[in-house]
Amino acid sequence: MKEIITGAEALMRSLMNEGVDTIFGYPGGSIMPVFDAMYDHQNDFRQVVVRHEQGAAHAAQGYARSSGKVGVCIVTSGPGATNTLTGISDAILDSTPIVVIAGQVASSVLGTDAFQEIDLVGVTQPITKWSYQIRRAEDVAWAVARAFYIASSGRPGPVVLDFTKDAQTSKVAYEPQIVDNIRSYVPYPKPDEKAIREAAELINRARRPFALVGQGVELGRAHNELRAFLEKANIPAARTLLGLSALPTDYPLSMGMLGMHGNLSCNVNTNQCDVLIAIGMRFSDRVTGNLNTYAKQAKVIHIDIDKSEIDKNVKADIPLIGDCKEILPLLTELLQPADHKEWIDSFSEYDAVEYEKVIEKALNPKEGHLKMGEVARKISEATENKAILVTDVGQNQMMSCRYFKYSEPHSVLTSGGLGTMGYGLPAAIGAAIAVPHRTVCVFMGDGGFQMNIQELGTIMEQKTPVKMILLNNNYLGNVRQWQELFFNHRYSCTPMLNPDYNMIASAYGIPSRLVVDRAELDAAIKEMVESPGAFLLHVAVEEEDNVMPMVPPGASICDMIFE
Amino acid sequence: MEKQLYTLIIYSENLAGLLNQVTAEFTRRQINIETLNVSSSSIDGVHRYTMSLWSNEETIKKVVKRLEKKIDVLRASYYTEDEIFVQEVALYKISTPKLLENKQISKIIRHNNARVIEINSTYMVVEQTGKTETIMKLYKEFLAEQCVLQFVKSGHIAVTRDVVEHLTEQLFDEDAMRRTSK
Repeated sequence: MKEIITGAEALMRSLMNEGVDTIFGYPGGSIMPVFDAMYDHQNDFRQVVVRHEQGAAHAAQGYARSSGKVGVCIVTSGPGATNTLTGISDAILDSTPIVVIAGQVASSVLGTDAFQEIDLVGVTQPITKWSYQIRRAEDVAWAVARAFYIASSGRPGPVVLDFTKDAQTSKVAYEPQIVDNIRSYVPYPKPDEKAIREAAELINRARRPFALVGQGVELGRAHNELRAFLEKANIPAARTLLGLSALPTDYPLSMGMLGMHGNLSCNVNTNQCDVLIAIGMRFSDRVTGNLNTYAKQAKVIHIDIDKSEIDKNVKADIPLIGDCKEILPLLTELLQPADHKEWIDSFSEYDAVEYEKVIEKALNPKEGHLKMGEVARKISEATENKAILVTDVGQNQMMSCRYFKYSEPHSVLTSGGLGTMGYGLPAAIGAAIAVPHRTVCVFMGDGGFQMNIQELGTIMEQKTPVKMILLNNNYLGNVRQWQELFFNHRYSCTPMLNPDYNMIASAYGIPSRLVVDRAELDAAIKEMVESPGAFLLHVAVEEEDNVMPMVPPGASICDMIFE
Repeated sequence: MEKQLYTLIIYSENLAGLLNQVTAEFTRRQINIETLNVSSSSIDGVHRYTMSLWSNEETIKKVVKRLEKKIDVLRASYYTEDEIFVQEVALYKISTPKLLENKQISKIIRHNNARVIEINSTYMVVEQTGKTETIMKLYKEFLAEQCVLQFVKSGHIAVTRDVVEHLTEQLFDEDAMRRTSK
């Protein structure tokens, strides 16, 4: 006989059915029956109470991106729900599987401007894969199963469930549900074998093939398939910001990062290659620069699981729509071994230029204030290049992504598409909870740290061992850099009067160090890495340091500037 | 790129909120929807949207892909005018006293092959089916006689010139597959 339970309890059972082990949340009026049910499930879920619902959404993202599992957050209606919108938007742009469950007023008062009522489904439709209102307890099991299926399959993304209060309290004869098919939804399009043969022929004829690797490889867990593909025909590969850990930094065919603050060799050679093989990347404007001068000489093969990415920004000569884990081996099978030595060697001359003009100064400054780059590289090395790098947004993001080294998959968590300041700290909490066996280092600026600084309370309460690195330049550094370069040094609203961050950390019982001199850096990093729990490393870095090289806005990717 | 009139035919599940999702794709690009018709289709539980709008092919291709990406949209396709049969229907509410005093009005109805579907002492309702131009021509003629009390025309409804009904077959195939696999 089926058990008769409340809608709220049915939600608990459904989440357990999906293998959920952690809930990030914040209680409130319309979701109280669910939090009441959670009281009986404290051993089934780790229940992480954040300090602001935006933190819950980003923590769920950090959890999802570090583990590959669906991140879950539960919040109340109205302001609780709207506070998650930034995280949901971030998740749709960066293809992160999260399920946000929000309370809603009772169905009898929907549409009456009831207390804390907003039309959440209406608001979230444009920023979710699916958004649905549960009005009956009978629909809970189905809706949750469908939500997890949609969030995690195909190109992953966020799903919102808007759960009316009466549906939470009414009774239902619960029966677990599985959703693994939706007739209008094709998450894994079948590869087109003819197109694969054509692509293989094109690559076999290529003299200068170049692979652009994106997050799709990480999401599709196609790391081994990618390497086999690259190695068979000796194809050099560059990675996007979100695809940085799809290949180890020191892997011989891994040439560097693409884009606005990427590596010179990779950007220049995008416009030199004869066949461009885009794998699970979406030709974002931060990668392509001016589209009118982007890779015009190359034949483009575009592998993507999402059909709507094909021809969106860059026209594909051969689109390969499907899962890269499935397509890459089919393609590899048809490849002929090749050498491409001269082509691969051509990267190093540009690398030498970039090293001399930028990297040497960023990593080995002999005097002056500490540089962001040297801090990032030293922390990477102190963690044997095995840590998960979480970043906030801005100069701290570009510098840490550029100078961190990656040896394992799923090692970069950064807000790429939305560029969300305040993402870093809560995302790091989610990652530290999802993969406790790995060290999590989050790099933040003094601007972004303060955008979700309240989550220090979550770190304190949950004892999450997050290593926080605050690169403090007393500026909103990235905007200041643009003001310096493109707005005639007019530093409008970018200088920051900062509080004593070490005192803030100590108020939360979090050990910290302030580093001003280069001589103190190594010891402070050692202390941070060796400390068992959370730690704040507050580094006073050069105030007017710039992220270089850079593709100026509107410029061609091969026209990078160095100062 | 040059703009032309496109007709979109979209099939979706019959769920609340889908119209909003479909139109949002146009809102974000600031494309005006010229006409919109939503109704049940020949397949049970499947809704059919017929929309017409001015755009260029590159944009319309991208929009159609985004529409098909919506979880509950089954199929979206776009057509130029020569790829479909389009009709509209219009209703004209005409003053009966004006009709009685002005012989021109009944001539207009006859010449245009319009149909009278209701008549009483105060008004009559005339129906016309055809292309937008046909419908507007009749309206202007009535207008010239100052007899129009109300006028309404539907959006485009359209059927394709395709010989094969792709979607219907696809859905039947999938249903059959699911039945056999169970």
